[in-house]
Amino acid sequence: MSTHRTPNRDVAVIATSQTPSYRHFDGPEPVMIMRCVNDLLAETGLERKDLEFTIAGSCDYLSGLPFAFVSNIDGVGAWPPVYESHVEMDGAWALFEAWLRLQLGDIDVALVIGSGKSSPGRPREVFPLQTDPYVMAPLGLDPVSLAGIQARGLIEAGKGSERAFAEVVSRSRRDALANPNAQVAVDRSVDSLLAEPYFSSPLRLHDLPPISDGAAALILAAGDRARELTSHPVWIRGMDHRIESHHPGLRDLTTSVSTAAAAAGAGVQDGPVDVAELSVTYSHEELILRAALGLGDDVSVNPSGGPLAGHPIMATGLVRVIEVADRIMAGGAGRGVAHASSGPVLQQNLVCVLEGAA
Amino acid sequence: MARPCAVIGIGQTDYRKQLELTLDGLVRWAALEALEDAGLTFADIDAVVIGKAPDALEGVMMPELSLCDALGAVGKPIHRVHTAGSVGASTAITGATLVESGRYDRVLVVCYEKQSEGNATWALSGGRSGGQGAGGTFAPWIREYIRRSGAPEHIGWMVAVKDRLNAMKNPHAHLHLPDITIDKVKESPMLWDPLHFLESCPSSDGAAAVVIASEDAARSAPHPPAWIVAHAKRTEFGSFPGRDTVYIQAGVDCATALYKKAGITNPLEQIDCAEIYVPFSWYEPMWLEGHLITPVGEGWKLTEAGETELDGRFPVNMSGGVLSSNPIGASGLIRCLEAANQVRGTAGDYQVDGARVALGHAYGGAAQYFAMWIVSSEVHPTF
Repeated sequence: MSTHRTPNRDVAVIATSQTPSYRHFDGPEPVMIMRCVNDLLAETGLERKDLEFTIAGSCDYLSGLPFAFVSNIDGVGAWPPVYESHVEMDGAWALFEAWLRLQLGDIDVALVIGSGKSSPGRPREVFPLQTDPYVMAPLGLDPVSLAGIQARGLIEAGKGSERAFAEVVSRSRRDALANPNAQVAVDRSVDSLLAEPYFSSPLRLHDLPPISDGAAALILAAGDRARELTSHPVWIRGMDHRIESHHPGLRDLTTSVSTAAAAAGAGVQDGPVDVAELSVTYSHEELILRAALGLGDDVSVNPSGGPLAGHPIMATGLVRVIEVADRIMAGGAGRGVAHASSGPVLQQNLVCVLEGAA
Repeated sequence: MARPCAVIGIGQTDYRKQLELTLDGLVRWAALEALEDAGLTFADIDAVVIGKAPDALEGVMMPELSLCDALGAVGKPIHRVHTAGSVGASTAITGATLVESGRYDRVLVVCYEKQSEGNATWALSGGRSGGQGAGGTFAPWIREYIRRSGAPEHIGWMVAVKDRLNAMKNPHAHLHLPDITIDKVKESPMLWDPLHFLESCPSSDGAAAVVIASEDAARSAPHPPAWIVAHAKRTEFGSFPGRDTVYIQAGVDCATALYKKAGITNPLEQIDCAEIYVPFSWYEPMWLEGHLITPVGEGWKLTEAGETELDGRFPVNMSGGVLSSNPIGASGLIRCLEAANQVRGTAGDYQVDGARVALGHAYGGAAQYFAMWIVSSEVHPTF
């Protein structure tokens, strides 16, 4: 079992930025990144040289170009040269590394980015390449089909229903009407959703996320530097991530033990949760994640609409952190939980606990 | 504050084509050897960090997802780094950071590439057919180095011979060319003027792994630790008007930050040996200068004088280097772990006598990503 200690240097989100979630962004990925970086610099008054460490998350396969992340540097800004790294993961994992990097104490400010353009490709054909290349990828088992299998398992285990899935969709996309960055925002009744045909039974098309382009970024600062840069720092109280077996047949798909372990590691249960932004990419996942995180029915989940309202892959997880941080900064919540996921059927999960000034 | 940390286990596959092995088998080979060297099992590992160059080289997207079982990572954190050719060294640095942060005590770092699964030159050309590949990108910059420095043409040939003869002492090396000579290098086909075929790296398969541990964990390890004294990374744009592509600012800045952190004021004297990412022969003198080991214009003179040979004043690429084995995503980690081998005294036939401080280095992209570390047999070496 993995053992770890919670770092002792306080680190806060001090500024956030995200592009809208676009069905198709008519320009290169670095342009979206540059907009976020420029927003953050304008908002904080910092200069590029003040961002002592930069780390980005993106995925070559979405663009269909090896080394696609190299051109993203054009949006990050790298002259004079910068201290920088990149994860081939959602930006939420870039945040994890930046949070630990700031623990070393020699630097105080970091820029974290997540970006992706899913529009150039056909995700349903690309994503089977995430599965085992020898025994699964040749079958073409795609995430939508796997999600259908998982949703079916939930129903058969008595842990969910098509109506419950539709309720997630109805609520999320109605909440998204208040989110200017949302791509799919609509007020639909549960009954009208249930009248739609199946897409990947028992899931309907509306149970799936949209195909999206987008970028998100935030600035982290440590200790007194955070307090100096903003009057509303949002402190990272804990963060952890875990992975499960790559083979869906070796897992109980109706639970998420990796989310539960990450939640324990991040300290979700150490205080009240006012708001949660979860990477619910398929509606039924909200049921699994609520249970794994131990969130009661009173907890507001995905007030932004969540990934069902906009799903810029590789930024989606970082957007969850930003949505929680923004609500805490604005005073609408005191403590919140953000969740990011990677791989088919919630294989890998990250949980981050954020809190306002104590 | 950053805690001291050290390499306590090293594992390497052989770097020849591994057509009979799966990706899982490849990474597990290196990981198990590293764990055995560290006297540990997967159960002792707190987190795994994996690195490789573009996923398109093997056609597996975000392979940490399908390799987590083979790496004993189920139920644990697994983190994936990708910083082009520098990725092996970047991944090592991320592993060190996770331990230095105080978060974890033992981190397994694994990097690999299986070039036999795909076409690297296609991928290195940005996925476009008919592209120039890495050699085509670097050749004009090498020409410019030769023009500026006045270095004679045979410098590149000398590096090609030296690294291949060093590789004869390394059982893991992909290329074993016992009969290589200056004349053979010079007469081999011209690929990208001035680079001949024998001045270029091979396409290799392979995985490399290290276990990085906190000070307490390192002190109870069965073999001598290689203390990670300093690490640094720098990145710049790959192309812009006026960019100096020979004496690269990000490389200079990276070395400056590294030596400052380590307390090194005279790298040529205070570093005992170096494993430097040299995929094309001329990059040995270019990085000697570009990383402030010699003055500008003097790097080739160190090479010409034989001082970068195994028994020279500043041995470079004792293991045979990238010119003898290039599983791309792993190559940077191999540089870092071979530096660790030297200061642990575990480099076998290519051991530099009494090595106390060693440099591991990698670069990538359009010579725009740099990652380096300094390891030592002492936790706080003084100079």
